[in-house]
Amino acid sequence: MIYLKLLLSFIQIGLFSFGGGYAALPLIEQELIHVQGWITNQQFIDILTLSEMTPGPIAINAATFSGNQIAGILGGVVATVGVTLPSVIIVQLLAYFYFKYQNITMVQGIIQGLRPAVVALIASAGVTIFLTAMFGHSDWPLDLAELNYVSIVFFAIALFLMRKYKASPIQIIIVTGFLGGIVYSFI
Amino acid sequence: METMEKKTLFITLFKSTFFLSMFTFGGGYVIVPLMEKKFVNELGWIDEDEMLDLIALGQSAPGPIAVNTSILIGYRMAGVPGAMITVLGTILPPLMIMTALAYIYIAVRDNAIVNSVLLGMQAGVAAIIVNVVYNMGKRIVVQKKLIPIFVMIAALIAGIIYQVNILWLLLFSGIIGALTTIWKLRHEEDEEGKK
Repeated sequence: MIYLKLLLSFIQIGLFSFGGGYAALPLIEQELIHVQGWITNQQFIDILTLSEMTPGPIAINAATFSGNQIAGILGGVVATVGVTLPSVIIVQLLAYFYFKYQNITMVQGIIQGLRPAVVALIASAGVTIFLTAMFGHSDWPLDLAELNYVSIVFFAIALFLMRKYKASPIQIIIVTGFLGGIVYSFI
Repeated sequence: METMEKKTLFITLFKSTFFLSMFTFGGGYVIVPLMEKKFVNELGWIDEDEMLDLIALGQSAPGPIAVNTSILIGYRMAGVPGAMITVLGTILPPLMIMTALAYIYIAVRDNAIVNSVLLGMQAGVAAIIVNVVYNMGKRIVVQKKLIPIFVMIAALIAGIIYQVNILWLLLFSGIIGALTTIWKLRHEEDEEGKK
């Protein structure tokens, strides 16, 4: 039953993403691309792009959109409920203990410990995203003949705009989308 | 009278979270400061210090931080029903927008121009993620603490080269976090004992 599978996958994604929307990326990649085989690398990047472009929490956007891609409107609802469910339970439990004891040192200590691993996990999802943007896929071996040079230039421009002018993600997406629309239409 | 007030409270909670989620671009890190502005400065329902605690608490739990923070605000104002209302307010806008977008996407994905635009955006998104990782990684490195840097490098190797399951990596680093905290608490107790 696809809806039950979808619900369980997204509960897992919600339950183990520590540190906001980007922390959900490696879990979405592992679960939806590798374990379940529901989406491709390209779709994964499209999901991320559209989630960045639209208002609202990125993880919720990504859940609704991928659920829709996998199993239609109901799939989108199920995925969204799934990714939210762990928060609804855990956050209220934490709040209960917090208001009662005013002390969550242990919880915060564990989160501190998780942070470096979360950075590494986002980096590993980043490798997939980067390679797919540059080569069209991320499977070894990568053939230099498949390298998209236009993509490298866009990537460099985007990185420059963010480091030098603190451009926001949405501005970057608009700029690179605009450049892509022009450049790729003419070559 | 009291039921009337409760109704207004629920409506305001829903409206505030719904509109913040509906019109704020940039995800949790942008939405949360706006929630703070709304509930601390505009409505005056929560004081600044308590709000900072709630934000820290929201980041200590798994899941999207905008959702977590909205649940905490709802819970703080009106218990479990309040939390249900704010979480609904936060997830409904994306649910509607992204569902509509999913259908548009299917209809136009194969269009040549749309394809060119999305191909361009791929490079942009790759740069955004590289930038995020750089900023987060830098924050860990500048602390110059051995254990977090070691955990980060170990997780990087295990995740990218050996493709170790993410859940094992999180469990492993969570245990290290717990042990360091216990060690630190003991250490502080000893220090206090000496005084």
